[in-house]
Amino acid sequence: MTRVPESEWPLFEVFIRARSGLEHKHVGSVHAADARQAIEHARDVYTRRQEGVSIWVVRSSDITASDPSDAEALFEPAKDKVYRHPTFYAIPEEVKNL
Amino acid sequence: MYTQGLDSLGKEALHVASTDTAALEARFQARVDADEKIEPKDWMPDAYRHTLIRQISQHAHSEIVGMLPEGNWITRAPSLKRKAVLVAKVQDEGGHGMYLYSAAETLGISRDQMMAQLLAGTAKYSSIFNYPTPTWADVGAIGWLVDGAAIMNQIPICRCSYGPYARAMVRICREESFHQRQGFEIMMTLARGTPEQRRMAQDALNRWWWPSLMMFGPSDAESKHTAQSMRWKIKRFTNDELRQHFVDVTVPQADFLGLEVPDPELRWDEATQHYRFGAIDWDEFNRVLKGNGPCNRERLEARRRAWDEGRWVREAALAHAEKRKRRESSRAA
Repeated sequence: MTRVPESEWPLFEVFIRARSGLEHKHVGSVHAADARQAIEHARDVYTRRQEGVSIWVVRSSDITASDPSDAEALFEPAKDKVYRHPTFYAIPEEVKNL
Repeated sequence: MYTQGLDSLGKEALHVASTDTAALEARFQARVDADEKIEPKDWMPDAYRHTLIRQISQHAHSEIVGMLPEGNWITRAPSLKRKAVLVAKVQDEGGHGMYLYSAAETLGISRDQMMAQLLAGTAKYSSIFNYPTPTWADVGAIGWLVDGAAIMNQIPICRCSYGPYARAMVRICREESFHQRQGFEIMMTLARGTPEQRRMAQDALNRWWWPSLMMFGPSDAESKHTAQSMRWKIKRFTNDELRQHFVDVTVPQADFLGLEVPDPELRWDEATQHYRFGAIDWDEFNRVLKGNGPCNRERLEARRRAWDEGRWVREAALAHAEKRKRRESSRAA
């Protein structure tokens, strides 16, 4: 039998919920044969000290990311819209609960 | 700790005429100077990328090879408590290797490529792990001195300009402090024990002291990469600065243990408020680095065997995942 060249386990991104009530947060990545094994690996690699109560994993290749060179086009327009912040509005001191 | 998926370079990095490189480099350096983090998809000079790949992968290999000298004592730890602690510590080292391999992968090298470089002997790892651990006191000395030196090297890297490396290092430093304290506690127990146990502790200090000082790398005058790495904020302090700091904090700890640092020239210098210490045997350092330390062959042999004997596990896991996927899709149909 000819041996097929070894293929690397695919990469998964790992997201962990630190405590109930908090959102899942990206913490890193692991290689695993499938999603189920990725959860097991994520548990060993990222939660050895009770860092979490829940794990999400997703195939890295399934993530679509924005391009850093588009950052200006995407995020700059928000810069001059200061009226979206409450501090834009001058309200007299004596007005309470606003 | 991002992914190859996210690592595909941004448009900016792809279609760049060579005349623009200077402008990109200037902007890159300006970002570094402003203490901005560089992330995987950002444009970066090739040399920056290669320096990081070299440094992070060597660092990862060191964690993985570093499991061997201590793993040697897991079955013979003197109590159940010590055994549980040592297993946890060795598992942490494995975890640190994983964080670092992930960080290196964001720069466009695969984990298998890095592993192949280690097994072929073309990638380096910290020369300290080529020394043997003949007694239990070595486990204490490694935690106290080797992890102590590692922490000193690593804390500044938490502020490294490359985001994924800096984040991995924050995690690692948080965990290393347990390693160092458990090592010191082993040394303390031995130092307060029978004369024989005290001798064992002293013997371990004698053997690990100089190799620990060598962990900071060649002296500043000899260090090829320091200046550039400091400009890129991959490195924040020079090798000699870190080494001096290590000596300054560690000598009082040895005094507390009632152990003697094996350096007849060691003395406190009132004028500089630093310890002066004797010359390091750089011939030994180079010999070990080139592959001729006491355990180089044994360490690589152990890693190669683990890789070869684990092959069926890697293949079986893929085959099993494939089978499960087929089964689930036929059930859905």
